[in-house]
Amino acid sequence: MLYINCPHCGMRSQNEFSYGGDASVKRPELNKEISDNEWDDFVYNRKSLRGKHLELWQHISGCRQWIKVERDTSTHEIFRTFKANEEIA
Amino acid sequence: MTQAFRIENGGLINKDKKLSFKFNGKTYFGYEGDTLASALLANGVHLVGRSFKYHRPRGFFGAGVDEPYAVVQLYRNGETEPNIKATEQELFEGLEAKSVNCWPSVNFDIGAINNFLKIFLPAGFYYKTFMWPKSFWYRIYEPFIRKAAGLGVASTKHDKERYEHKYEYCDLLIAGSGPSGLAGAYAAAKNGAKVILAEDKPRFGGSLLTSDVNIGNQSGKDWAEGIIAELKTMPNVVVKNRSQIFGYYDHNMLVMSEKVSDHLPSTKKYHPNKRLWYIRAKEVLISSGSIERPIVFGNNDTPGVMLSSAAKEYLKVYGVLVGRKPLVFTNNDSGYETAIEFKKHGVDPVVLDSRKNPESEIIDEAKNLGINIKNSYVVVAAQGYKKVKSADIASISEDKKQLGKIENMQCDCICVSGFWTPTIHLASQSGNKTKFKEEIDAFVPGQSKQNEITLGAANGVFSLEETLKTSFTAGSELSKKITENDNKIAIPNVVEKKSSQHDKFWCVPLPKGKNYKRFLDFQNDVAVSDVEIALREGYRSIEHVKRYTTLGMATDQGKTSNLNGLQLVSEIENKVVPAVGHTTFRPPYTPVSIGAIVGREVGKHSKPTRKSPMHSWHEKNNAVFVDAGVWLRPRYYKRGNENLFEGSKREAKNVRTNVGVCDVTTLGKIDIKGPDAAELLNRVYTNAWLKLPVGKARYGVMLREDGIVMDDGTTTRISENHYHMTTTTAQAANVLSHLEYYLQLVWPELNVNVVSTTEQWAGAAIAGPKSRDLLQKLFPNSDVSNEGLPFMGYMEGDLFGVKARIFRISFSGELAYEVNVESDYGSFMWEKIMEVGKEFNIQPYGTEALSTLRIEMGHVAGSELDGRTIPFDNALEGLVSKKKDFIGKRSLQRSAFTAEDRQRLVGVVPLDKQTSIPEGSHLVKDDKAPLPNPKLGHISASCWSVEYDNPFSLAILKDGKNMIGQKLFAMSPLKNKVIPVEIVSSHYVDPKGERVRS
Ligand SMILES: [Zn+2]
Repeated sequence: MLYINCPHCGMRSQNEFSYGGDASVKRPELNKEISDNEWDDFVYNRKSLRGKHLELWQHISGCRQWIKVERDTSTHEIFRTFKANEEIA
Repeated sequence: MTQAFRIENGGLINKDKKLSFKFNGKTYFGYEGDTLASALLANGVHLVGRSFKYHRPRGFFGAGVDEPYAVVQLYRNGETEPNIKATEQELFEGLEAKSVNCWPSVNFDIGAINNFLKIFLPAGFYYKTFMWPKSFWYRIYEPFIRKAAGLGVASTKHDKERYEHKYEYCDLLIAGSGPSGLAGAYAAAKNGAKVILAEDKPRFGGSLLTSDVNIGNQSGKDWAEGIIAELKTMPNVVVKNRSQIFGYYDHNMLVMSEKVSDHLPSTKKYHPNKRLWYIRAKEVLISSGSIERPIVFGNNDTPGVMLSSAAKEYLKVYGVLVGRKPLVFTNNDSGYETAIEFKKHGVDPVVLDSRKNPESEIIDEAKNLGINIKNSYVVVAAQGYKKVKSADIASISEDKKQLGKIENMQCDCICVSGFWTPTIHLASQSGNKTKFKEEIDAFVPGQSKQNEITLGAANGVFSLEETLKTSFTAGSELSKKITENDNKIAIPNVVEKKSSQHDKFWCVPLPKGKNYKRFLDFQNDVAVSDVEIALREGYRSIEHVKRYTTLGMATDQGKTSNLNGLQLVSEIENKVVPAVGHTTFRPPYTPVSIGAIVGREVGKHSKPTRKSPMHSWHEKNNAVFVDAGVWLRPRYYKRGNENLFEGSKREAKNVRTNVGVCDVTTLGKIDIKGPDAAELLNRVYTNAWLKLPVGKARYGVMLREDGIVMDDGTTTRISENHYHMTTTTAQAANVLSHLEYYLQLVWPELNVNVVSTTEQWAGAAIAGPKSRDLLQKLFPNSDVSNEGLPFMGYMEGDLFGVKARIFRISFSGELAYEVNVESDYGSFMWEKIMEVGKEFNIQPYGTEALSTLRIEMGHVAGSELDGRTIPFDNALEGLVSKKKDFIGKRSLQRSAFTAEDRQRLVGVVPLDKQTSIPEGSHLVKDDKAPLPNPKLGHISASCWSVEYDNPFSLAILKDGKNMIGQKLFAMSPLKNKVIPVEIVSSHYVDPKGERVRS
């Protein structure tokens, strides 16, 4: 079971969180004309990366905040975690 | 029966407390502190079971967790448990156990005929033989194999024992209380670290209990007892015996099974049977020791052949002689230690050593005691069927290829030692890349992946002095990092005998003309010849060889067989062992009972149960409940002998004619506040929300980004910046997460707060033509007329002194209202509604009537919003705004979603107006068409229309818009029904929606 550092609550076990997918996906702006391909990329197309991956988790049984977690998908090592609105360098 | 093999003095058992127990129906006696295995051996019982495949007689091979044979069915306090190792089960008064794997009895076993047919049962036999004819598998082969090859029988009764789970955090977790574990724990504890020390056996001390060493001028055993006693007094230390750490998971999470009550005749009141510990440790010290390896020889599975370390443990811990004429067969000095213990207790052993001329302190001691030692000698085969009677022995050439003349030697047990295998399971589970250590012919942990360190014998270090030195140091260093204390601990003096190099010899060659079975895996009956066949047939990867032969796949996970299997493959393949590689170690290290894994989550505790504040009223009024997610909801209120069909019909009819009341507390409720609340709703729902006035409710549908309907419900504008959203019962949690996702990540600029208020409000739906009359009496000071409170209107009211929210919304299609009060007043509200409603013939109605009412009105619910439908499919496209953008809108432009013949909600009536259509039935054009019959749609929900008194269903049908009036067939192969039907409008009752506005 992973041990995730919620930037709001501290170290908590994985069973308090739910997974939310790739954090690098950006929703297209409302009312903007976009192509089918762009929309498909946003809704469906995801890379299944091996290695460092920025992903979303929600601290569902804690503070209910969505957070960003930088994790290695093959070793499960967690490098850093961020608040939803934090700028990531 | 007397305990003929119990020695007069010695052992750590309590001879003042005699215990009686039964094995295979026969009564025996043992002592407190015995295991079932030691007590049976004390009584001279060596035959405990039959082997898995050939049903050969089997005895005891080990004395602990590594035991491959002595698996029994245990009976305790009216319960039974299979797959118990007799070597681990502590004796208690009244214990009962039976052999497994044998039928009809352990002494006469029909399956043993397999032993004589063994030529037909080579590796892969089951794969090759039982494959065809295919139809034989379930009826003939599988039942036979199961009966013949079981490892006991699981109880079918409800387990009345209780199991607990516990979560714990510590600085240093230590697996194993041998010298390494004790030293590490002591040093870390002295630095103030929070330490958990786990030992799987009842007694702490590991190898110190049986080895002849001195630490700090005391015996090893006394030193261990002193350390444990001190650790137990320290507040920062938890010391646990009977506790096996069996799994090492990500981020230093380890799981341990503590046997709290298995050693007692019955579980004490309020105690669990077992406790599962989830431990998050900053650092882990693996001090799990090592397991002696067998040397492979002919008939090496005969009862009476056992590990030499086990024989020593039975003698030193339990005071039991495993034989009176022991033969010790060894390739290293450990065998001598066992021989010396025998000799000290007046028994004359013979030692066969495969080495030519070994010299060491231990061997000198054996010689001085006058023990008969034969060098360059091996056991070729054990003789005897149910018990060793003698051994065929021979000298062996230096290259270990040639045997000398075979002699027969009388003996009653053969104690075998092929050196030691470090127990690296936990380290390997943690992701540690293990490495092969040439000097000991075994794998040891290599580069750590997590915060773990392996020391002592588990790390391939067999010198006590070095083990203590490294373990004290590691305990100090690891704890210093955490607590920043640095209490220096003096490392005690160690006196131990030096041993000589072991012999890299593991398998005795077959003599000419002999075809003895030489077993590698004792539990799964895998012999040398089986692995040879697998390799001959082309299996190369060790993982494939393992699966083809089942080597190492039994419940002991190959603890005694893995390395010898690898040796064999490496020899045949002419590769070094590390090139063959070992199979993966996976948790659990040792079998864990299902009860412990499940913990308290059984029966009604398997999931939480949510009840509305009106639950006890429902119970008192004969509600029959149904699970709605984790909620319990009344399905109908039973009157007399009514069944579900009759009761729900009565309730639905009463709503259509008088007035009914339904508990709708379970609907999800979300409170939405903030200046941008309307904007959020406008983006989340498909329809327009910016112009909804205060005091008005609106129905809304929300989509996922892929255009599929996620949920529906009404949202009411309570005040300028305050909205009350309702969701379906099932989607409440998902919708909240959905809103939080967009507010926190996508549109953080929106100034809105959302919070679940599902549990804060109790809700009652009041529906039926007389609902307004009832409402007026409930709220005499409010104007609830059609003008005062129009359809989709909202007001606050005073319910006999309780503040209430009144919504004029309808799911039943009747004139209807929903009243909410704070949950604490829920049952007050309900009782008032029932009391005042009496004069209007009010009846409560459950979910079944609720379904009937919505189905015949053509209102969609979860069975239509099933994660596969878009608004059009549910006839909700009128709610999809063309002007504004919203979540999922872009997806609705996809060609499949705009296709001319897109599926759509329709009504379905059977032509005979009699036969109910099973939900899930497929709609087809031709009931006689060849399979697969093209499916046009499916029945999503069915009811008995109370308005027309005939069956009515909703369906999602291809090109549904143009299918009204068509005749199709509803087919349910599951219920074996074919029903001719007509497609009608989904609005079966009141298609113009006049009643809700009346
Ligand atoms: Zn948090």
